[in-house]
Amino acid sequence: KERIAINRVKMPEADPLSRIKSYVEVNSGLTEEQAVTEAQRCLDCVNPTCIEGCPVSINIPGFIKSIEAQDYDNAIRVLKDTNALPAVCGRVCPQEIQCEAACFYQTKLKKPPIAIGHLERFAADRARNSGKAFIPEIAVKRDGKVAIIGSGPSGLAAAGELAKLGYQVTVFEALHELGGVLKYGIPEFRLPNEIVDFEIDNLKKLGVNFEKNFIVGKTADFKDLREEGYSAFFVGSGAGLPMFMNIPGENYIGVLSANEYLTRVNLMGATKVDFDTPVLKGKNVAVIGGGNTAMDSVRTAKRLGAEKAMIVYRRSLEEMPARNEEIQHAKEEGIEFLVLNNPLEYLADKNSRVNKMKLQKMQLGEPDQSGRRRPVPVEGSEYFLEVDLVIVSIGVSPNPLIPMSLPQLETSKWKTITVSPDTMQSSVPGLFAGGDIVRGGATVILAMGDGRKAAQNIHNYLQNIM
Amino acid sequence: MPKIISKKYLSEKVVQLEIEAPRIAKKRKAGHFVIVRIGSNGERIPLTISQANTSNGAITLVVQVVGVTSYKLSKLETGDEVTDIVGPLGNATHISRAGTVLCAGGGVGIAPLLPIVEAMYKAGNRVVSVLAARDKELLILEKEISAFSDEVFVMTDDGSYGQKGLVTDGMEMVIAKEKIDQAIVIGPAIMMKYASMLTHKYNIPTLASLNTIMVDGTGMCGACRVSVGGRTKFVCVDGPEFNARDVDFDELLMRLGSYKNEEAGAYKKLLI
Ligand SMILES: Cc1cc2nc3c(=O)[nH]c(=O)nc-3n(C[C@H](O)[C@H](O)[C@H](O)COP(=O)(O)OP(=O)(O)OC[C@H]3O[C@@H](n4cnc5c(N)ncnc54)[C@H](O)[C@@H]3O)c2cc1C
Ligand SMILES: Cc1cc2nc3c(=O)[nH]c(=O)nc-3n(C[C@H](O)[C@H](O)[C@H](O)COP(=O)(O)OP(=O)(O)OC[C@H]3O[C@@H](n4cnc5c(N)ncnc54)[C@H](O)[C@@H]3O)c2cc1C
Ligand code: SF4
Ligand code: SF4
Ligand code: FES
Ligand SMILES: [Mg+2]
Repeated sequence: KERIAINRVKMPEADPLSRIKSYVEVNSGLTEEQAVTEAQRCLDCVNPTCIEGCPVSINIPGFIKSIEAQDYDNAIRVLKDTNALPAVCGRVCPQEIQCEAACFYQTKLKKPPIAIGHLERFAADRARNSGKAFIPEIAVKRDGKVAIIGSGPSGLAAAGELAKLGYQVTVFEALHELGGVLKYGIPEFRLPNEIVDFEIDNLKKLGVNFEKNFIVGKTADFKDLREEGYSAFFVGSGAGLPMFMNIPGENYIGVLSANEYLTRVNLMGATKVDFDTPVLKGKNVAVIGGGNTAMDSVRTAKRLGAEKAMIVYRRSLEEMPARNEEIQHAKEEGIEFLVLNNPLEYLADKNSRVNKMKLQKMQLGEPDQSGRRRPVPVEGSEYFLEVDLVIVSIGVSPNPLIPMSLPQLETSKWKTITVSPDTMQSSVPGLFAGGDIVRGGATVILAMGDGRKAAQNIHNYLQNIM
Repeated sequence: MPKIISKKYLSEKVVQLEIEAPRIAKKRKAGHFVIVRIGSNGERIPLTISQANTSNGAITLVVQVVGVTSYKLSKLETGDEVTDIVGPLGNATHISRAGTVLCAGGGVGIAPLLPIVEAMYKAGNRVVSVLAARDKELLILEKEISAFSDEVFVMTDDGSYGQKGLVTDGMEMVIAKEKIDQAIVIGPAIMMKYASMLTHKYNIPTLASLNTIMVDGTGMCGACRVSVGGRTKFVCVDGPEFNARDVDFDELLMRLGSYKNEEAGAYKKLLI
């Protein structure tokens, strides 16, 4: 009863007006007192449904009760049992539709669920700041070299598991930095780079090798790697290829993909002094789309000085795929939402820089196959809007490099790698895949879950062939 | 980090660097490029692999100094290291036995042309090369191209070497003399535009190697996009070579100017 009477904790946040002038993390993290109190709310259910809501089945009451007992070392141990990157997931998981949606408070008591994500982040941050290393023991060293392609969350999760199992693991990364989308996509105000680097360092301590500037399929292909002794592969190459709408004017200067915009800023440091990569700034910035990537782009534009930073989305707020928290934070930061609006065309000044866009109003019609109400154009509603920077964020397709280099690899009509859902093994024996290259654009935790599952099956595979 | 094994100026603003990169040297084919980064705050720029040597594991890049990064690269000396290098990127040139191949290169475009000339020659084609530069001093790699060409014509804007005229003048002269089965044009975008208009007029299948702005070079950002046959293509993964008659060169030229102001400002700051 007492536990139930406690109110859900509120995450302390940086002030909206000051945070839009910097890259300071928006969520500041729970204090110890807040965390322990929130942990007390958890009822340690006999049938903890929350665990079913977590794609990697974290023992949620287990780590929360350790926080309540202030046994933080045990909390991180429980988390790390099934999740290699709790500091990341605590920050970016869509908890409201996963673990927290399945919490007893939410489902049965109709009260706000336990703040599982906030607590996960607390435990992970606490462990990181304690200076103690929580490097798992490697019980046995095994023969077998495994190549991981891509250092995004799926690759990192697979690498961690396989290293723990005692294999020699090398992660190959195309870029000059490790972390995949965690580095080049998600901005520092949501996920500071140092947190990603810390987790990668832990993997290095566990014995994982990293090779940057190495594109599997180009720098070396699978045949070369087999000859070099790699006997199993995990492909976590992501869904990097940005989509465009193919409307007139989309190739004008000042119209760019969210990936390009975020990469220039996050990976290449375009806005920092003495960094060589340029980025265009805009006064009136329109971001096309309604997902996390769109939210990250529009909030970045605001931080780079946009007077008007706008989301242009063809459905309504309700259908927006971005996390609630991001939409809320964006609103606090003064982002404008032009919902039920669809771009038709871009126009440019004499230097070919975009200066206007033509839009059309939409209304919601009958539900489509996805169950969401389909947007239909409102006849005669076209109008023009002044913009000097447009960021297209309407989705991505799978990175084509690996399928291009391995013609016998089976892919779907969406160009994703086809795998057996039980084992994550592709049509090529010994080659496993997971994350966005298999799912299309998904989430960090689903990618990590795939990596873990594939690792277990790579282990079985290697035990069979050796 | 990859070391610079040798360095040589081919002209005042064009430097040739041999860089240790054994894996790339082994894998590269004609048409491939790399992306390099100079310094921990550096940007990523694409450069074509001009030559490769598998015995010492080195690749050769030929760089024209035009701005911040090419300048920084040109200032590195033998023994210095390049911060990052990745490749080989892009699709290799489709080398076939076409018959007579006209290879036209302008300015620093002669460097990326070299491996294609070599491959076409070795595939048994008759290779006629037309090399163009502003003046004698700026002409590069004539000897290397000649080694793999049946005939070489040199054009200079001022007539200081070879014949006076543009690359298109030289090409037209060759086309008038013999039947050309295939053409390849590499150089500044404006040169490729006019060169491909010319070959189009004579109905000669022509490849152009596009030099769009790139960031990752792996298909992730779309900075390199350009319209080809009315459809948006990513030069780093779909190219860099395309059927020249389908390329929207005006759009390519426009997009190359995307960061003109920022680049000019940064270069000026670097030089003072
Ligand atoms: C801006 C943005 C914000 C997001 N926000 C959230 C969020 O809040 N919550 C959430 O859960 N999800 C979010 N996502 C989605 C999430 O980031 C992805 O689902 C997840 O990163 C996918 O992981 P992955 O391991 O499959 O691939 P990625 O993270 O895409 O990593 C793939 C890596 O593989 C490398 N690579 C590709 N090909 C090769 C090759 N041939 N050889 C070597 N390396 C290669 C790439 O360079 C890249 O580093 C966001 C995505 C973006 C873009
Ligand atoms: C596939 C490909 C192969 C190339 N091969 C060669 C080569 O062998 N030798 C050579 O000298 N040059 C080559 N280039 C061009 C070379 O990449 C640019 O000259 C270089 O990036 C200029 O950078 P900068 O910082 O020195 O100059 P900046 O002053 O920054 O730019 C000068 C101009 O170069 C172009 N440019 C700028 N940044 C980039 C970028 N990131 N990627 C591509 N172009 C850019 C723009 O048009 C810009 O206006 C190639 C380009 C491509 C796409
Ligand atoms: S990993 Fe994500 S889904 Fe699982 S418990 Fe943590 S926040 Fe919830
Ligand atoms: S369902 Fe909610 S209350 Fe129950 S154990 Fe899980 S987090 Fe705690
Ligand atoms: S350079 Fe980024 S997609 Fe081609
Ligand atoms: Mg530059």
